[in-house]
Amino acid sequence: MKIVVCVKQVPDSWAEKKLDPADNTLDRDAADAVVNELDEFAIEEALQIQERLGGADKCTITVLSVGPEKAIESVRKGLQMGADDGVHVIDDALHGSDAPATSAVLAAAIDKLEPDIVLMGSESTDARMSVVPAMVAERTGRPQLTFAGKVDIDGDTVRVQRMTDYGYDVVEAPLPALVSVIEKINEPRYPSFKGIMAAKKKPVETLSLADLGVDVATVGLGGSWSAVEDFAARPPRSAGTIVTDEGDGAAKLADFLSTQKFI
Amino acid sequence: MAEVLVLTEHADGDVKKVTFELLTLARSLGEPAAVAVGDVSDDVVAALAAGGADTVYVASGTEYSEHVVAPTVTALQAALEASNAAGVLVASSADGKEIAGRLAVRTGAGVITDAVGVSDGFVAQQSVFGGSTLVHSKVTRGTPIIAVRPNSVPPEKNAGDGKRIELTVSLSDADRATKVTERVAQERAGRPELTEASIVVSGGRGVGSPEGFAVVEALADSLGAAVGASRAATDAGWYPHQFQVGQTGKTVSPQLYMANGISGAIQHRAGMQTSKTIVAVNKDPEAPIFDLVDFGVVGDLHTVLPQLTQEVKRRKG
Repeated sequence: MKIVVCVKQVPDSWAEKKLDPADNTLDRDAADAVVNELDEFAIEEALQIQERLGGADKCTITVLSVGPEKAIESVRKGLQMGADDGVHVIDDALHGSDAPATSAVLAAAIDKLEPDIVLMGSESTDARMSVVPAMVAERTGRPQLTFAGKVDIDGDTVRVQRMTDYGYDVVEAPLPALVSVIEKINEPRYPSFKGIMAAKKKPVETLSLADLGVDVATVGLGGSWSAVEDFAARPPRSAGTIVTDEGDGAAKLADFLSTQKFI
Repeated sequence: MAEVLVLTEHADGDVKKVTFELLTLARSLGEPAAVAVGDVSDDVVAALAAGGADTVYVASGTEYSEHVVAPTVTALQAALEASNAAGVLVASSADGKEIAGRLAVRTGAGVITDAVGVSDGFVAQQSVFGGSTLVHSKVTRGTPIIAVRPNSVPPEKNAGDGKRIELTVSLSDADRATKVTERVAQERAGRPELTEASIVVSGGRGVGSPEGFAVVEALADSLGAAVGASRAATDAGWYPHQFQVGQTGKTVSPQLYMANGISGAIQHRAGMQTSKTIVAVNKDPEAPIFDLVDFGVVGDLHTVLPQLTQEVKRRKG
């Protein structure tokens, strides 16, 4: 069994994020970069599947990231947690790629690596579109088992609980397949000191778009199928009314809700 | 005028409110045409006509609910081929966004999600980075596909012709690869769906315990609202994760959002900042949530909320 976990380097959730006025793309230098939080749950899920299947002899885990130089840190994080090796797709032409373009690069890498299971986080905390897993499934022809809150591998079948607005659906598909996980599916482990030391010796392959057979004209700002026309800081909300409850807070709030016709 | 396709969200013969909102939006962009898949009764078609659809493209069959996302993409693609549509609108729900994404890949068209408005020429308005930045985006290739958040426009009843056209859809083996074997509904106590609700009443760290959510739920029920929770509350196990509002949880954009015992960290703001009216109850006068509110009460939610519930019930008679 072979698992590929896709990870994305994103600006820290807690940092103020900005767009770069030069080309309307995310200013990635303006904030500290971290591995996308939900991808840590995907790495942990891969490690748990590996443990259930009997360890690295039975199942290998490759961490895959597409992104600039710094994205190697996210691959390293996966290796420190316990993944076996890494693949970093890096190319100057990638800057400004939208979701369809990014999904094409990931799909090309996945087709090359041929894993049984692709694991991803269900959204990135920067773009928050939640569409890349479905797009990669579409491009690679793999069944999509997205928004998984529980994953079981049963021989050649993968079964997940797909979280829905009303609860969850149990969905299943034959391998090879693509799974995206939600947070709280597990408790991602912290890398141990031993894990951090071991990660330094684990192999990371660097690939360019040419290595994957992806035409540079189909990615980056020029190859994207949507574009930001303009952006502006949201005008600050006009200061609201704040009252301190002295026994009449609820009545005052009710008055406000009445004038706004919510009651 | 070119058609604008709207993917219908419907369940048990009822068309969801967001579909009427999208039909209203479609009317401002072209000729509204609904696409409905699955068990499409005459009632569904009639509701779509009343909501403004001049044409209703129908792909009937049980396979749309037996499999995940992909069959609906194939049906939408068939509707695109059968029409002269200038654009496609879907609800920016989990399924809606995945359908939009796969359709974009399949048709070689650009896709925009989480739009809070769409204007002439399919220019989408989005609110990003926890609501701090407003962005206008445009699809630059193919027929634009835009996923629009619920509650972005008020639905107008402007009846259309509602002409029913059956689509011929041939599903592939790949469309059928992911099979739904069971559906598990979790108790929502008759409350509206969180992402669709006009009013959302949320609780956070200040609620203090699982039992504490009773006062939040009671207020929500008096207002006909959905209940949400902050990450602090779901992390503590006080309320189920599916109700989490914020980054890595649900994004809501209701007419009224009530944050109770929620400090208003950026993590939470990312999920609610496009709400039209925001009110908060919090003990801490320095809580950042008060920077966002139209009306705030500095006080203990365990005192204020039960009183407010009584007051709402009294005023509603």
